[in-house]
Amino acid sequence: MKRLNGIRLPLRKKTEDKPVAALPLPQYVRIPMLMHRGTPCVPTVEPDDYVTVGQVIGKPADDMAVPIHASVSGTVTAIADYTLPDGNVVPCIEIESDGNQTVSRSCRPPQLNNRADLINAAKESGCVGCSGSGYLTYQKFAASDKFTMLIVNGAESEPYLTADCRLMVETPDDVIGGIALIMKLLKIKEARIGIQTDKPAAIRLMSDAAEKQKGISVIPLPPLYPQGAEKVMIFHTCGVIVPEGKTSADCGILELNVGTCAFLYRYSQTGIPLTERVVTVAGSAVGSPANLRVPVGTPVTDLLDECSCDYDKMHELLCGGPMMGQAIANAEDAVILRQQNALLARKGREFPEPSACMRCGACMRACPLNLMPTEIDRAFEQRDLRTLKQLHTGLCMNCGSCTYVCPAHRPLAETVTRAKAAIAQD
Amino acid sequence: MNELNLDAAPHIRGRSSVSRTMLCVLLALLPAAIAGCVSFGRHSAMVLLFTTFTAVFTEALCCLVLRRPQTVTDCSAAVTGLILGMTLPPDIPITYAVIGSAAAIILFKQLFGGLGKTLVNPAAAGHLLLLVCFMKYMTVWRDPMTNAVTYETPLTEKGATYLDLLLGNTAGNIGEVCAVGLLLGGIFLCFTRIISPVTPLAFLGSFALLSFIGGYDVIAQLLSGGLLLAAFFMASDYSTTPLTASGKCVFGLGCGILTFLIRHFGGWPEGVIFAVIIMNLASPLIGRLTRTVPFGAVMPEKPAKKEKASKAAAEQNS
Repeated sequence: MKRLNGIRLPLRKKTEDKPVAALPLPQYVRIPMLMHRGTPCVPTVEPDDYVTVGQVIGKPADDMAVPIHASVSGTVTAIADYTLPDGNVVPCIEIESDGNQTVSRSCRPPQLNNRADLINAAKESGCVGCSGSGYLTYQKFAASDKFTMLIVNGAESEPYLTADCRLMVETPDDVIGGIALIMKLLKIKEARIGIQTDKPAAIRLMSDAAEKQKGISVIPLPPLYPQGAEKVMIFHTCGVIVPEGKTSADCGILELNVGTCAFLYRYSQTGIPLTERVVTVAGSAVGSPANLRVPVGTPVTDLLDECSCDYDKMHELLCGGPMMGQAIANAEDAVILRQQNALLARKGREFPEPSACMRCGACMRACPLNLMPTEIDRAFEQRDLRTLKQLHTGLCMNCGSCTYVCPAHRPLAETVTRAKAAIAQD
Repeated sequence: MNELNLDAAPHIRGRSSVSRTMLCVLLALLPAAIAGCVSFGRHSAMVLLFTTFTAVFTEALCCLVLRRPQTVTDCSAAVTGLILGMTLPPDIPITYAVIGSAAAIILFKQLFGGLGKTLVNPAAAGHLLLLVCFMKYMTVWRDPMTNAVTYETPLTEKGATYLDLLLGNTAGNIGEVCAVGLLLGGIFLCFTRIISPVTPLAFLGSFALLSFIGGYDVIAQLLSGGLLLAAFFMASDYSTTPLTASGKCVFGLGCGILTFLIRHFGGWPEGVIFAVIIMNLASPLIGRLTRTVPFGAVMPEKPAKKEKASKAAAEQNS
């Protein structure tokens, strides 16, 4: 089968053999009201209120949100503004932990009998795409009632990240259980799990677990970035091309992350919503990288302290992987979001200044979607919107491969993002 | 705590760089250049040195005068200078070589905007300039074995064996005689993925096919003259050739056909330089017509078709 372009990245996955460890309970958590792709939630608690784990503290204002739950039990101390890594400012609820982790009485395993139940459960549990995207899972379920294929994304193609890998190695049955549950409720006959071959243990354990279920298969994929991008994953696992302007749901395909599937399974068993998650803490400034299970809203400094981060040498703090993650401006303020899969603290590295494009075409050979970043760069420089549209600039998913390979060190991905914005404004 | 870096993603970069690419090209040129110097002696080595250093010096000066960022360290000027030198006859006076090299950088590179913005290959254009200005010196060669002056190259003269052509024991321009060296360099560039093999293959392939049809000695035709140097080092130049594989193929085919026509029907001693420059001029157009089809892209319907369809529909309605 034809494969899309991909680039080989240094994987640096030092934590892939380290079991997930639980972080000691933080003294306080700060929970922003926007931890998904959509609109912010509205706080439903006041300062001095007592909250329990799993209690709703932020309710959606419209369809573009799912509830946000308290991740520790304790007292609400303040509701203040919080600046997210992408620059959005949203309300944020600070809860001082009482150390008991009392679970809310409202947390009961849901009744899951049909499609509507699943959509509702995904909504009530605050389920979002666990790989950093933050897409609302319930909307993915609701997008079509005629799914024919479930693609489960276990690629984890970004360097450093191992949270999904550990999940598949440690609890393959949770992932398979979630897949089987979704298949049953949405009446999907077939599921394929795409895993990169740099995770042989995960492939083996997941294949073993999948054997018990009908219709689930594991597809090994070469470790080429961006293997985990939705369109790339769908094409490489089942050969379907999602056309421009259409979604995967239009093609009858439901694409979910392994973490999302495992979470939904656990939710179906315990009824505890998305209040904790596993985060890979790594990077050159981190002394002992690890995968930590932390409550949502834990201050990042707690994680960095736990992993003996060298603050004096830290010059960059990333929410997410090094290719698509966002830089965090202020380490003291930042907290772990529910869709965040990694926290990378890195020593400073000066990138060379960009120079003129020599038209070598390396960016085109790197682009998984076969776009022409150098032509987009040139057209954007001339503010030539017509050419930008002809070049299908809007297709770019901002994987960053073009910037990574550019010998002239041009920030191509950034330029393409700006070009997309210019087209959208037009 | 340090102030944190807030650059946009991606936060890691590959190790490639412009200078690394250009150094690889220089390395690939070396075997043929050295072989040429061995064949033709000290003067030819001086020609290569002078064209290379003139190009580098001129580039540095241009950047200073035009107040551009200094680009001399990216080694692209050295590549241009060396290629130009390699296309010159071994006994050309140094002055002319220097003029050609400086003109290549000033007229055909910097005035167009520098690296990546050139319209025609600067080395090819520099060669062409010297050819039309100083034809007398540009069409005198020397037999490396007998040191006898000749006005003919193996292109016109019969008698050179394939081995002579491969090793460079023939009359010709400094860097063009040693076919083995050029092939080595070209293959090295293809394997390191610095150049795409599409252009040279299309170029050499179409030329070989036409020569075969025309009843010429295909191997001798391929190994002689500036064909290999042009195919691997000029037709693969980044900014003056199309970006996509299909574009490169069209470009290579055009070069091959033009070279054949000029060699056998034209009045010039050498066709490749003309062929490359003519195709360079066509390159922006080829580029526009051979864009990639992005993955999952929905291509717009051709407006002509739409009009026809709507016209037909209108007629039907009436």
